Amino acid sequence: MSDLLTVRDLRLSTPDKVLVQDLSFSIAAGERFGLIGESGSGKSLTSLAVTGLLAPGLRAEGSVELAGTQVIGAPERRLVGLRGNAVATVFQEPLTALDPLMPLGRQIAGPVRRRLKREGAETSGAAVRAEVMALLEQVRMPDPARLIGAYPHEVSGGQRQRVAIAMALACRPRLLIADEPTTALDVTTQAEIVRLITSLVDELGIALLFISHDLAVVGQVAERVMVMRHGRAVESGPALQVLTQPQDDYTRNLVAAARRFDAALEGQG
Amino acid sequence: MLRYMARRLLILLLSLFVAAIVLFVLLRLLPGDPANALVGVGATPEQIAAAQAQIGSDQPLAVQFVTYLGDLARFDLGKSFVSRAPVIEEISRRLSVTLPLTLAAFLLSMLIAIPLGILAAVKSERWYGLLLSVVSQVGIAVPVFWLGVLLVYVFALNLRLLPSGGFPLRGYGDPARAVTSMVLPVLTIALIMSASLMRYVRAATLEVLGSDFLRTARALGESRTGALMRHGLRNAAVPVISVLGIELSTTFLGAVVVEQVFSLPGMGSMLLLGIQQRDYPNIQGVLIISTLLVLLTGFLADLLQRVLDPRLRKEARR
Amino acid sequence: MSAEQTDNLTETSGRRRSRGNATYWLGLLLVGVIVLAGLISFVWTPYALSDMVGGRLEAPSLQHWAGTDRLGRDLFTQLMIGARIALIVGCGAVVIGAAIGVTTGLLAAFATRFLDDALAAVFDILIAFPTLLIAMLVVAAREEASLGTAILALGIGLSPIVGRITRILTKQVLGQDYITAARVSGTSWGAIVFWHILPNIAPFLGVNLALQFGLAVMAEASLSYLGLGAPPPNASWGRMLQEAQGTVYTAPWGAILPGLALFALVIGINLLADGLRDRFDPTKGAA
Repeated sequence: MSDLLTVRDLRLSTPDKVLVQDLSFSIAAGERFGLIGESGSGKSLTSLAVTGLLAPGLRAEGSVELAGTQVIGAPERRLVGLRGNAVATVFQEPLTALDPLMPLGRQIAGPVRRRLKREGAETSGAAVRAEVMALLEQVRMPDPARLIGAYPHEVSGGQRQRVAIAMALACRPRLLIADEPTTALDVTTQAEIVRLITSLVDELGIALLFISHDLAVVGQVAERVMVMRHGRAVESGPALQVLTQPQDDYTRNLVAAARRFDAALEGQG
Repeated sequence: MLRYMARRLLILLLSLFVAAIVLFVLLRLLPGDPANALVGVGATPEQIAAAQAQIGSDQPLAVQFVTYLGDLARFDLGKSFVSRAPVIEEISRRLSVTLPLTLAAFLLSMLIAIPLGILAAVKSERWYGLLLSVVSQVGIAVPVFWLGVLLVYVFALNLRLLPSGGFPLRGYGDPARAVTSMVLPVLTIALIMSASLMRYVRAATLEVLGSDFLRTARALGESRTGALMRHGLRNAAVPVISVLGIELSTTFLGAVVVEQVFSLPGMGSMLLLGIQQRDYPNIQGVLIISTLLVLLTGFLADLLQRVLDPRLRKEARR
Repeated sequence: MSAEQTDNLTETSGRRRSRGNATYWLGLLLVGVIVLAGLISFVWTPYALSDMVGGRLEAPSLQHWAGTDRLGRDLFTQLMIGARIALIVGCGAVVIGAAIGVTTGLLAAFATRFLDDALAAVFDILIAFPTLLIAMLVVAAREEASLGTAILALGIGLSPIVGRITRILTKQVLGQDYITAARVSGTSWGAIVFWHILPNIAPFLGVNLALQFGLAVMAEASLSYLGLGAPPPNASWGRMLQEAQGTVYTAPWGAILPGLALFALVIGINLLADGLRDRFDPTKGAA
């Protein structure tokens, strides 16, 4: 069986600067793949290129094949069909990623209704509401009945990110992209969200593209990882191998720094 | 929400009161007696004294002030120095011209500016999106009386489609003429207003188009247009509403120039006449009613914003 | 927003900046031509302002570049003098508006909570009133119309806008750490205003005052259109338009040209201010 996502020789550039080049990787159905890199390394741009959501000034070359469809150069209409259906994204900052003026329940109902329509199922208000409640249960949201009427600013950051995950799951995508989903959260909530994402994608058989600058987090989530720097891949392979026996100098430094940090934390505790 | 409204209304009344005091002080503490203007240059001292007694300007300022405030509290705006007619009657007659003029222009400008502003933002990379934003930039520099005169030149004098100015003596008793004489003034104001309104609508829409939540919606399969309709318009509306409130106020208050271009007997020309004749009660009346309308508009705009934006409601509860 | 996207944004703003430069030069050209006309009018005009030097309502010709008015006076001469008056009134009004506005704005920013709230409310209410309306009242209050009255009236009319902006800008600067640091090290408030606040708010305030200048020029024309501006023998574009309105059918140039001059000056100033903002604003120009 061919891979769900295949990126080959991806190159992203503006008229005067190359931002990503010579990037190739693939993700199999149900696989959890991690993309590691510091900010500015081009990892978020790569994820936007996969969904065809790059800003208009950016040029994409190479090949991105998602669920058998070529994304690069595809007309917007085909991309709209692909998004939600094949791929859904959870973004970094849950406060700005949610519509500030719409109750959370209605925000989740949007993608739910689209998916039900796609599947030819019933899209009555009751059916949608039942599905929204089921999703909130699925992301282990406390007190979902109160939450559907609340606005984003009225709930905590972790709860907002759970809503964002519920919205992504509402699409029943085959690939979930999580772009630094825990960076804006405190440490305890981070761990909860990471566990939630991992268990949900396993449960539902969804492939995961997990993007983070945090080695430890990616190590927990991904089976296979790729390290990016200055828009290029510096190293890739099974997570355990890359994170314990890094081959590249840059990765080695990253790993060493993370170890020192962990050691310092443990020394304190 | 109710408590917020009550507090806002209280502030509104207070502002009105302050405005009334400021107006009185501004107009009375100045050199010259309005009675002089009333009787003309060559008047005898007796004539002046009679005029003073008639309008009450021979009383001490403190007495005039108390009388003025007392009258105001009873919604009595006094009588014109010149015509001796109650100010409120004159104002209601004039409002029947200025209010429809302003509101029609306001509605028309929204009909023009909101769709075009959104289009200019959504298609900002296309030539017509760019053209629209250039047009609005150019439009805000067009002098309103110049546009008025040009429209008269084209539509009234050359094409002879519409009257060049004036308002039927019988007012709305002559509906066809009343309406046709409003067309060019409404168009003049609406075009000028649209230019600046379009800029705000475009900016607000661009802001929303670049927002994270719109990207989220699109990442989950919503089309660009669908996402803009579902999430964008309401979010863009919040900042635009306060602009709309200010635009409505300034149009109402700025109607004086357009009324002059088209010789319409509205509030603006009443104010201008009052200034030329030093008819203080008329000036005060026009300004107090205008202030009231301006404050009410701001109040309504605030309320509407609060209905749309739950974050503002939260602040109000605090 | 991630660093990748920031890169992307600086790219688009770079393109916008080159477009911005073109409009900046266009603005400079428009304003420059009018300023030049106004300056030359001090030493030379084609004819004397109030001399009846031609036939009535002559169309533009080699003798009368902009035609003549209904009394046979040369319109190009009037346009040149009008440019001078517009610039004098604009500059004067901005100076007065800035003097009142900056003082009250600073006062509000430094004052106790109560006074600050009160002044802020006053600014807000006054801003709802167009500059023109406030100016009309000031003219009404003065005994007679004159050039000085027009300048004073428009200056007062502008002051609440300047005041509000000054207050907001000053409050932003006051919130910065270096102000606290300066206070802690014993710098007096006067020195802080002079050395820290004014230099910091000057660029933004300057751009805004340029926009206010455009507003003042427009309001001056409206004021003279209404017959409340500087009286003759000062020529004003607004009054020229008002006088030509009655004969617009037979002599349209008399109404078109002064409006065009006013339009050119105001749009020139707006373009110039936009360009200046892009130059001054450190968040935009750095790339």
